[in-house]
Amino acid sequence: MNGYTNAESALILLGMVLVTYCLRLSFLVFGHRAAFPDWLKRALRYVPAAVLTALIVPMALAPQGAVDVSLHNAYLPGAIATVAVALWTRQTLAAILGGFVVYGLWRLWVV
Amino acid sequence: MLVGAAPFGVIFGTLAIGSGLPVWLTLGMSLLVFGGSSQFVAVSLISSGAALPVIWLTTFVVNLRHALYSATLLPYARELPARWRWALAFWLTDETFAVVENQLRHHTDAKDGAWYWLGSSLAMYFNWQFWTLVGVVLGQSIPMLATLGLDFAMVATFAAIVALQLHARPVLFAALVAGTVALLARELPYKLGLMLAALAGVAAGVIAEKLSERVSRAAEPQALP
Repeated sequence: MNGYTNAESALILLGMVLVTYCLRLSFLVFGHRAAFPDWLKRALRYVPAAVLTALIVPMALAPQGAVDVSLHNAYLPGAIATVAVALWTRQTLAAILGGFVVYGLWRLWVV
Repeated sequence: MLVGAAPFGVIFGTLAIGSGLPVWLTLGMSLLVFGGSSQFVAVSLISSGAALPVIWLTTFVVNLRHALYSATLLPYARELPARWRWALAFWLTDETFAVVENQLRHHTDAKDGAWYWLGSSLAMYFNWQFWTLVGVVLGQSIPMLATLGLDFAMVATFAAIVALQLHARPVLFAALVAGTVALLARELPYKLGLMLAALAGVAAGVIAEKLSERVSRAAEPQALP
């Protein structure tokens, strides 16, 4: 359905498992002397926010490939609403639902 | 923590099935990878047809912090037999790390600590499996999920997670730079734009942190009487 054969899907999973398990094993099992460098420790704090934002900004601002900040792009008000509700309530679930409501209404009435 | 993970488990299962991932791959990720953010990112990459090495590399970057957890918990695991360490490492996630690190710092009894660690790991693990399964069932029973705005569900989930981390100024800076680079570089092949944006974002966060430290240090003498 998304263009991968079963074998490829299995390889995707296997690779993800190996990569993740090796990272978790690294120090607990193999790293009795190594120390974690300080700069890397600092840098890691920014990885989740950077990766997640990098994934969603193109989806929200250019859903069809070209930058679209017109009224026809319901992703944008939806995403803005999500962030607003998140900052206001500090509740992830409320933010997702709030974003969805705005997105849904926008698609019903504006687009 | 168990309650906090529930919606993400459900959303992950629902999104994965809605994006066309086979059930075995969805459950397999939760059972064997057991790392929420990397699973979400993988679903997003798989649904856009990314190449396999891209998915693996992104998993590496997203889960790199688990190596930090591994290093941080090592002092508490040094005395444990090897098979314990192999097992505990398998279940090492954000939530387990947060709970276990806090507990072990305050209670030093190594043997009890190990059992506490194992117990927390298993509780998180089965909790995640259960809610993933709920999501999978939900995803299968709402076949028109894709038309309901599946892509938007991904955007909303990630946006909510990021928004809650923005209270620290350097994180805001990291997100802004990562988002801008991702937008500009979105046409690059193999999702290279994603890697580039992640790197730029992390660098921006580190630089912003350094700068704000320097500013607060420069301001200090004036605060003295």
